[in-house]
Amino acid sequence: MSVADIAFYIFAITTVASGLFTVVSKNPVHSVLWLIASFLGAAGLFVLLGAEFVAMLLIIVYVGAVAVLFLFVVMMLDVDFAELKAEMAKSVPLAMLIGVVLLMQLGAVLGVWQFADGAESARAAIAPALEDTHNTLALGQILYTDYILLFQLAGLILLVAMIGAIVLTLRHRTNVKRQNVIAQMHRDPAKAMDVIDVKPGQGL
Amino acid sequence: MVGLEHYLSVAAALFVIGVFGLFLNRKNIIILLMSIELMLLAVNINLVAFSSYLNDLVGQVFTLFILTVAAAEAAIGLAILVSFFRNRGTIAVEDVNVMKG
Repeated sequence: MSVADIAFYIFAITTVASGLFTVVSKNPVHSVLWLIASFLGAAGLFVLLGAEFVAMLLIIVYVGAVAVLFLFVVMMLDVDFAELKAEMAKSVPLAMLIGVVLLMQLGAVLGVWQFADGAESARAAIAPALEDTHNTLALGQILYTDYILLFQLAGLILLVAMIGAIVLTLRHRTNVKRQNVIAQMHRDPAKAMDVIDVKPGQGL
Repeated sequence: MVGLEHYLSVAAALFVIGVFGLFLNRKNIIILLMSIELMLLAVNINLVAFSSYLNDLVGQVFTLFILTVAAAEAAIGLAILVSFFRNRGTIAVEDVNVMKG
């Protein structure tokens, strides 16, 4: 067993076990942390497959942004998660049934499938040899030429998602006092102040 | 020797775990969103494994687009969740019944 094989088994077990703990864990904060572990394991698998760019992207986008967003929302919302979890035991039999059936269906395919005859010739972008260009350069060379339209559309999707998230969560509170800078700068001392001569013993 | 089948097995197991999580945590939208992320990750593992073994880069390009869409989906989903929680004070799925659909 080579080092790469041992690394594969470590990353595979990390990914699958962390995924399982993500869905069964009692505390949603733990769920998010297990999700991060699962993404890290998958990034390791991608490195073993020779897809370094996707692996780094997975770490930056998922661990750095999406998982932190989940953590942020879980901690920000004051939800009684114990109450939500209390009814989990009822859905275990159905979930187990569907999970086992799906696993058996997917498992039945393993070992008996094979590549179609035309699979080798149907390749759209044959990866250059590792000695010529590395993975990131090769990806960039086809992403910015053949797939430029999809790339721009992906950017558009992110823009729409950003605007949508801002619009959905923006709110103007009505009963909060705010500083009005313009009004403050245009305040005139002559109009704002009065000097009152108070007579002794009389008060105002 | 680790082959393509090993990676496909990991992806299949992860996908089944995602579906299992969907049915297990039917009340909690946050865990539901996380289960969807796990299923998308399983699809990504499949795409990258085939891309690597067929020596075809298109699989990795599509993985990039799946990552993009998954990030957008998580952002929008969580924004809807925050907005819903502000209005109703709960995130339980059975309370999402204003439209009586």
